[in-house]
Amino acid sequence: MQAQLSIENIRKDFPILKRTVRDNKPLVYLDNASTTQKPNQVIDAITNYYQTFNANIHRAVYALAEEATTAYEETRDKIANFLNIPNREEIIFVRGTTEAINLVAYAWGRSHVKEGDIIVTTEYEHHSNIVPWQLLVQEKRAKLEYIEIDENGELKLDQLDKYLATGKVKLVTFSLMSNVLGTISDADTIISKCKNAGVLTLIDGAQAVPHMKVNLGTLGCDFFAFSGHKMLGPTGIGVLWVKKQVLETMSPFHGGGDMIREVHKYETTWNDLPYKFEAGTPNIADVIGLGAAIDYLTNLGLDKIREHEVELTKYALEKMSHVKGMKIYGTKDLSKRGGVISFNFSDVHPHDVAQIIDEEGIAVRSGHHCAQVLMEKLDVAATSRASFYIYNTKEDVDALVNSLEKVARLFKL
Amino acid sequence: MSNADIYHEMIIDYSRNPLNFGQIENPDVTFHDSNPLCGDSIDIDMNIKENKISDIKFHGRGCAICMACSSVLTEITKGKDIDEVKKITKNDVLSELGLENLQAVRIKCALLSLKVLKYALYSYLAKHMSETGDVDKLKEEAANLY
Repeated sequence: MQAQLSIENIRKDFPILKRTVRDNKPLVYLDNASTTQKPNQVIDAITNYYQTFNANIHRAVYALAEEATTAYEETRDKIANFLNIPNREEIIFVRGTTEAINLVAYAWGRSHVKEGDIIVTTEYEHHSNIVPWQLLVQEKRAKLEYIEIDENGELKLDQLDKYLATGKVKLVTFSLMSNVLGTISDADTIISKCKNAGVLTLIDGAQAVPHMKVNLGTLGCDFFAFSGHKMLGPTGIGVLWVKKQVLETMSPFHGGGDMIREVHKYETTWNDLPYKFEAGTPNIADVIGLGAAIDYLTNLGLDKIREHEVELTKYALEKMSHVKGMKIYGTKDLSKRGGVISFNFSDVHPHDVAQIIDEEGIAVRSGHHCAQVLMEKLDVAATSRASFYIYNTKEDVDALVNSLEKVARLFKL
Repeated sequence: MSNADIYHEMIIDYSRNPLNFGQIENPDVTFHDSNPLCGDSIDIDMNIKENKISDIKFHGRGCAICMACSSVLTEITKGKDIDEVKKITKNDVLSELGLENLQAVRIKCALLSLKVLKYALYSYLAKHMSETGDVDKLKEEAANLY
């Protein structure tokens, strides 16, 4: 293996990066925290399934069905290897992180959370790790509490002790990496505090899994969720992992085909794990596509991906800090930060920023990033956000910085 | 329409120094709305005397397009008869700033304040006037503006 990623070679695998936008400008795609582009390997795996072995899985005995079932189940094994998960039956395919967390709130929360209990989340969560819990606590007359962030955008973990001391906390749920600030949570500390208190933990890994090595064999959380489309895979496919002892205490989420053992007129027995939680014909094509994405990332090596992004983030933070009127959010400590940079110009609205730099072919996100609780904390309506991945280069950062300077000029900052 | 054209001097100036920005104390009518996707948020306060908009102010947060259009809208509304204000169309606002060809994703930024104005007028008229059909049309227009 090479010492560093060959970005030039990587870019050749992504057909979309060859296109131009807005008046023949090369595409500079910097919205990877939202979704990533797809390499040929992923696109081909999906096409190949539809062209050569499209069939439903798990039931029929003919050749196509067998091939489809094998390819589908292979992805489960790839995920197990990728995240060092000891039991493959703990891996449940879902539509994405949002569905994964809703599954937990419904299938675990409804039977384990009661009046007066507390669910703890954090101020930098995506709406998908807030709203399902609001729905649950409203139904159960339980309470939702927040671990606040400090001025560096890091969690104030001493607040967790206060909540745990009440003895009423049933679950602590947090993202491993903030989708707005890029902050990497101190998962080890949170989990060990929770374990000492006998409290379960859920990790939203949507931002972390694509960008850094995650080892679920040693991490020690009880639930873990992530999405395929943020890691080169297709949209509409994600994973929920639940520790077996916990999974065995959970009722089904959706009822229907595939999740049953025997159905009689008035009662049903459930299929084995994980199928008990995979009702209906699943998203076979995209599971196979996700398998190809995992192969691609494994080949590159997550440590090298992280190294590349740290390098780019460092370069970008330094260059952006010289743009007039620029305010950058989050910690400056690169060991605690992923390749996500949220920023604002003094009084220029992020939508104006995004539109002006779109003219240069640069795709960044502007808005509240599905994190309105955090926006409220930062006292802004919105931010602009640039986020990097394996195919981004220092030239991309230069293009971004040049266009930001244009914004500063237009708005006379 | 290219972005460079959108961000002309007038838009930048109005966004920097919006006209009629602020609040009216004890207004005859006030209304608030926001765009859920971008977080633009506008309140309009109005005083109405003898069927005229005797005073109008807006406040809130928004992008340059939103602030500029709110400035222009409040400016063309001030002092006008209610009947005239009822007839203000989206093009009246957009053309004032040369934004007739604004791209679809930004239309909601430009027209939020017009939506709020129509709702505000509706809520005032529904309370103070006996007519109904005409007033309901105003509400419908507001709801379907973008």
